[in-house]
Amino acid sequence: ENGRCTTKLESMGFRVGQGLIERFTKDTTRFKDELDIMKFICKDFWTTVFKKQIDNLRTNHQGIYVLQDNKFRLLTQMSAGKQYLEHAPKYLAFTCGLIRGGLSNLGIKSIVTAEVSSMPACKFQVMIQKM
Amino acid sequence: ELFVLTYGALVAQLCKDYEKDEDVNTCLDRMGYGIGVRLIDDFLARSAVRKCRSYSETADTIAQVAFKMYLGVTPSVSCSSAAGNEFSLILDKNPLVDFVEELPAERASLCYCNLLCGVIRGALEMVHLAAEVTFLQDRLKGDAVTEIGITFLRKAED
Repeated sequence: ENGRCTTKLESMGFRVGQGLIERFTKDTTRFKDELDIMKFICKDFWTTVFKKQIDNLRTNHQGIYVLQDNKFRLLTQMSAGKQYLEHAPKYLAFTCGLIRGGLSNLGIKSIVTAEVSSMPACKFQVMIQKM
Repeated sequence: ELFVLTYGALVAQLCKDYEKDEDVNTCLDRMGYGIGVRLIDDFLARSAVRKCRSYSETADTIAQVAFKMYLGVTPSVSCSSAAGNEFSLILDKNPLVDFVEELPAERASLCYCNLLCGVIRGALEMVHLAAEVTFLQDRLKGDAVTEIGITFLRKAED
């Protein structure tokens, strides 16, 4: 039940991400490369959706990116203790879909997962799928 | 835009989950209710409106303050009964349907914005006003305007 719920949330996020990226990139110039796209997600996209940028972007230059948000807005309303840690994934699922949908419309197929180590910080892992 | 798109995705998902339009409508209303009972706190805190002394004042506040605050639009209000407890809000612009052109043929009875009815109903209940809220007309269904009807029922005992 819980798993299905998360999947639905992720697909909703996916749809919204696709729609959003379409509207954002209407007037922007073409992206240079994959890293350029990821930086766009971390800065412009994240700012428009969450009013702040991603705090830290790391990559192994082989298709894996880790986006770290130290004060993820969907989690800041919950208390910082351990009690809500098990519910955090539901809130992250939508956002994972958002990222995956955005990338999808920019021509990038990916798998996005998220983990919360300590509220309200969380990390999104993006694995680019070579088509 | 994020809000409007997310609402659309929510409705789309509900349509996948439920075959019948009435079930989707009921679900939206229920979700709206859940939002409304909490939203009222936020509304009262941010708007600092005085206690409304009549149904008419309440309807005006909903249209001119609440709708403006949360959706950025101001529906026009008119009283539609001699008894003074039935009102109608006419939405000229409805941001929730910005990206919706028309309802698909198989979803002709879908009340796309039914969430709003639930929100209003839930919020009113929290200030001890029982009301029935429904869409009387819907542009998405081909009507000329989008009209929300609020019927105040007997005031609930405090």
